[in-house]
Amino acid sequence: MAARSEPAPIAVAVPSDVLRHQKLGIVLLAALLLVAPFVFYPVFVMKVLCFALFACAFNLLIGYVGLLSFGHAAFFGTASYAAGHAAKVWGLPFELAVPFATLCSAGLGLVFGWLAIRRQGIYFAMITLALAQMLYFFYLQAPFTGGEDGIQAIPRGKLFGILDLSNDLVIYWVVAAIFMGGFLLIYRTIHSPFGQVLKAIRENEARAISLGYDTDRYKLVAFTLSAALSGLAGGTKAIVFQLASLTDVHWTMSGEVVLMALVGGLGTVFGPVLGAAVIVSLQNYLAGLGHWVTIVQGLIFVACVLAFRRGIVGELAHLLKKPL
Amino acid sequence: MRRSWLFAAAALAGTLLTLPAAADFTGGKVRIGVLNDQSSLYADITGQGSVVAARMAVEDWGGKVKGVPIEVVFADHQNKPDVGSNIARQWYDTEGVDAIVDVPTSSVALAINEITREKNKVFLVSGAATSDLTGPKCSPNTVHWTYDTWALANGTGSAIVQTGGDSWFFLTADYAFGHALERDTEAVVLKSGGKVLGKVRHPLNTPDFSSYLLQAQASRAKIIGLANAGGDTINSIKQAAEFGIVAGGQNLAGLLVFITDVHGLGLQTAQGLILTESFYWDLNDSTRAWSKRFAERMNGRMPTMVHAGVYAAVLHYLKALDALGSDADGRAVVAKMKEMPTDDPLFGKGEIRVDGRKLHPMYLFEVKKPAESKGPWDYYKLKATIPADKAFRPLAEGNCPLVK
Repeated sequence: MAARSEPAPIAVAVPSDVLRHQKLGIVLLAALLLVAPFVFYPVFVMKVLCFALFACAFNLLIGYVGLLSFGHAAFFGTASYAAGHAAKVWGLPFELAVPFATLCSAGLGLVFGWLAIRRQGIYFAMITLALAQMLYFFYLQAPFTGGEDGIQAIPRGKLFGILDLSNDLVIYWVVAAIFMGGFLLIYRTIHSPFGQVLKAIRENEARAISLGYDTDRYKLVAFTLSAALSGLAGGTKAIVFQLASLTDVHWTMSGEVVLMALVGGLGTVFGPVLGAAVIVSLQNYLAGLGHWVTIVQGLIFVACVLAFRRGIVGELAHLLKKPL
Repeated sequence: MRRSWLFAAAALAGTLLTLPAAADFTGGKVRIGVLNDQSSLYADITGQGSVVAARMAVEDWGGKVKGVPIEVVFADHQNKPDVGSNIARQWYDTEGVDAIVDVPTSSVALAINEITREKNKVFLVSGAATSDLTGPKCSPNTVHWTYDTWALANGTGSAIVQTGGDSWFFLTADYAFGHALERDTEAVVLKSGGKVLGKVRHPLNTPDFSSYLLQAQASRAKIIGLANAGGDTINSIKQAAEFGIVAGGQNLAGLLVFITDVHGLGLQTAQGLILTESFYWDLNDSTRAWSKRFAERMNGRMPTMVHAGVYAAVLHYLKALDALGSDADGRAVVAKMKEMPTDDPLFGKGEIRVDGRKLHPMYLFEVKKPAESKGPWDYYKLKATIPADKAFRPLAEGNCPLVK
């Protein structure tokens, strides 16, 4: 991309005291990750982390490029099937199965993105939804996914042949590291010159084009990156829970990730993490309520849209007058 | 050297001393977790009814095993394997649950099957259908009580052919479960001397069955086999009634239909439907007595075979705990359950096979015409009884690794 004859992205000087809050937030997040497994049930925290990474990847697209994808479950689910199949049938270890799954999702993201970025707004959302639904029916029928039964009893195995991942605490540290890696990558992307161009596209695409940026390429790269990170989350989740199922590719999963990003705050760095924590906790602790979980989720969605449209973190940032 | 010998002796003595303590009840109580669908399509078949059935088993046993209290907890797995496996892990790891009961939806049951094996607890299946649980996926920690896909296909398939329904047409839900049910039933039909005139696949959760039903009608097959489940079955039966298929002389065979489905459809629509179940409230005096007690607690709703299976399985589990004096080792508990013959008021005498399959008779029922029904929930007439040794898949054909 750099080799093309387009203007080098302008390095926007972000005041360092603005970034200081976000850096403080990252340190706090890391500290939380260190304490969490001793306070909460580690498997639950891992679920939160996988969904948090998924929501962050989704947020990269909607929050910073302004593209509402309604088919992100396709990337999440593809990776979980890929990781499950690789680990169970091919016997690949964790360190190969998860990158393989990430690559699968990235490839898929490239294809979906190439088709979808030609349209904007509701059309973009519809194209991604349609492609994801096609994929859903493929997975429903394909023999290797096990259909309704999914891929069960995926072995967790050993990391690099030494670390025994069947221990919940050991795998927790691995998942925490993966989450932190993905999160920092997104953070870096947002604050890079590349990220600034993405924001320019979000604000005014015509103007970005008039400035000489090939916006389609930027959008495609962002889309692929988002798909790959969603895949990283999905692949990790499959191995942690030893299960890849149709739930992961169903359109409701695409809806859930929208809800997570929205509740936390679109276009904020920490919003999706908090949003994922809120939604996963609701599902977990209100499981006894049965169908009411979806009703509670719906009410939260309505409350969010009506009362605090910026999301929890978004409103907080607004109050503090600092980006978070 | 001498000191190390002393150490070894002390260590050995220590282990021997702690053994009786280890052979005890974990957490000072027996906790049974009923995990099923509390709110969605299987909530009537399983749901709160299974919780009530488990509580009745605990009460009938006396509320305590060897002086240790028994507790029943429950949760909703929303038919999602990831939600279900999450709850199961949490129950086993942090909440001291010793056994998980019921678990409809095959995908969730298969997930719990693996977790239970890994954590060495006990899994008593009543609601799930897949015969893989006692086949390739069989586990020394699992007992599959009430029914399975093989038994349904076999019961409905062979009994119908024997009672004259020798030409079939399949209406199959187009996904793994539907294909498996169709395949198993077709094999049974052919083996029993019947023939299959055709089949048609319909997408999952389709609202419109008209074109499929017209094909079935045109085939002139005596029996239309419904290899689908839940809402699809209900819709196909309703629409078949609108097309006058049963009135026209063809019979519907539901391969996975429960009494609550018939209750929901009404006799006018469901009449003539042939189905296989392992329990019906009006079978004999003891099933009537138990079902009456059940209905009193469930606002008059009669139990399904899944509820009956939960009751009987929990009762037998408690018997095994009493004989063993411990709930710590799930494998040992299940081994004890297999060793002891089963005997309960709902399924009578029976046994649990080495692959985890509970053996009891299955019954072929036909849904009554409205005129034949004498009162609420009087829905079935018994057409045939399939004896326990013929009702389930032969041990050697399941490919269960536990069978040598």
